[in-house]
Amino acid sequence: MLYSDKVMDHFTNPRNVGEIPDADGVGEVGNAKCGDIMKMYLKIDENEIITDVKFKTFGCGAAIATSSMATELIKGKPLSEALKLTNKAVVEALDGLPPVKIHCSVLAEEAIKSAIGDYYRRHGIENELSAQCDGCCDSCAHVHDHTETN
Amino acid sequence: MSDNRFVYADNAATTSVSPEVLGAMLPYLSEHYGNPSSLYSIGRDSAKAISAARDKIAALIGCKSSELFFTASGSEADNWAIKGAAYANQKKGRHIITTKYEHHAVLHSMDSLKREGFEITYLDILPDGQITPEMLEAQIRPDTSLVCMMYANNEIGSVLPIKELCDTAHKHGALFFTDAVQAVGNIPVSAAELGVDMLSFSGHKIHAPKGIGALYIKTGTKVYNLVDGGGQERGRRGGTENIAYIVGLAKALEIAVQSLPDMKRVAAMRDRLADGISKIPYSFINGGMEHRLPGNLNAAFEFIEGESLLLWLDLNGICASTGSACSSASLEPSHVLLSIGVPVEKAHGSLRLTLGHDNTDADVDYILERLPMIVDKLRAMSPLYEKIAHASV
Repeated sequence: MLYSDKVMDHFTNPRNVGEIPDADGVGEVGNAKCGDIMKMYLKIDENEIITDVKFKTFGCGAAIATSSMATELIKGKPLSEALKLTNKAVVEALDGLPPVKIHCSVLAEEAIKSAIGDYYRRHGIENELSAQCDGCCDSCAHVHDHTETN
Repeated sequence: MSDNRFVYADNAATTSVSPEVLGAMLPYLSEHYGNPSSLYSIGRDSAKAISAARDKIAALIGCKSSELFFTASGSEADNWAIKGAAYANQKKGRHIITTKYEHHAVLHSMDSLKREGFEITYLDILPDGQITPEMLEAQIRPDTSLVCMMYANNEIGSVLPIKELCDTAHKHGALFFTDAVQAVGNIPVSAAELGVDMLSFSGHKIHAPKGIGALYIKTGTKVYNLVDGGGQERGRRGGTENIAYIVGLAKALEIAVQSLPDMKRVAAMRDRLADGISKIPYSFINGGMEHRLPGNLNAAFEFIEGESLLLWLDLNGICASTGSACSSASLEPSHVLLSIGVPVEKAHGSLRLTLGHDNTDADVDYILERLPMIVDKLRAMSPLYEKIAHASV
């Protein structure tokens, strides 16, 4: 398994690690069974700009690097732009990931969207942004039981 | 903090090639290149070298030279024993018993047999990594032809009571094969004392190079060939003999058996490591400490994941392995840890450290210096640890 220098950099010096106690939106995806959990905290101002973002991740090198990079990509951006973040953009920003690790970038994208969805829900805006990973990438089909509630 | 060092703590994965082994091999990779099957001088010399190596290994393993066969790996020996014996003994039956925590060479050989209509029973494992003769006896049937149980487990180091398990199998007319790849060189191994019908081991776990293994087959045991060829190995395993590696294996085994007393020192280092790790909160040892390989330690650290742990250890010069799914190409967590009841989420945070003759107390000190801070660093960014930290406030 060879990780790029950028991935190793984000793994050894992850950006924006932490919590925001009075966050405006919080999203947590993945579960311990699949070995990946990402939690995102967002601070959003009245102009819907993401003024601060923090994350916590339980997972492998790729999991930590993709969540770190994802926070960098949305910090200071408007919500509308953050919503357009794709896992592909995260992977490209990291100079690529081994194929078997691409699903980590998918989880990072979902973590962001989950946090944004939480913000919208708090503001009474209905949305379909999932609060949970729905296992669509099928990479942990062996141990993932979607019928379980966490 | 001390300077970075290189510490190799993954001896269960492979071992360094010892200089004496390399020295014994080199002549057969240079001037002594004769084919052992050839009539002439240099051919006969190669044949003599193999014969001497075989005699030496047989004496050390506790069997006759005519019962010892060379293969390209421990995996090949496992495949041969299992498939060869299963197909040759079908008249007895097509039911085979093995364990849930065997090496993949054994488990995937079993899968191959399943596809051909054999029925396989996988014995459960006790939480400490043990399996009792009673547990085996409960599964034996009149049509059980073969029982296959590893002498020592590669991940958690559990050592099974092979002699008693073999006696149980024999009582019911079943053959007994043991994969002794992790046992040889770490604990005394004698095919004669164990009474087994077949036994496999591998060179690269005992400071010989990768690419050589051996299978003991008790005289009279019906086993079909796996590799057919030009009649080498008494017509039972084709392929021009790997003389240099066979000679190397003999030297390696000789040294390994001579060095068994040093395993007391290795066990003491491992125990000191275990003691140091026990001081890290929310950690536990996988598998029981009794009946365990002297150099094996497998610990789980809650709230963090194994691949990240290994990456950080590597950045600090430490080589180890994990049972985490994320570090395996199949993305599945260790079947061994799951078999002893370790929950999936905790299997992800496991670390296997396996010490050998090359390791020193300075290595243990260094691991204990660096590991706690790595665990702390990963916990500081973990949402699972966050919950614990808040709860304790």
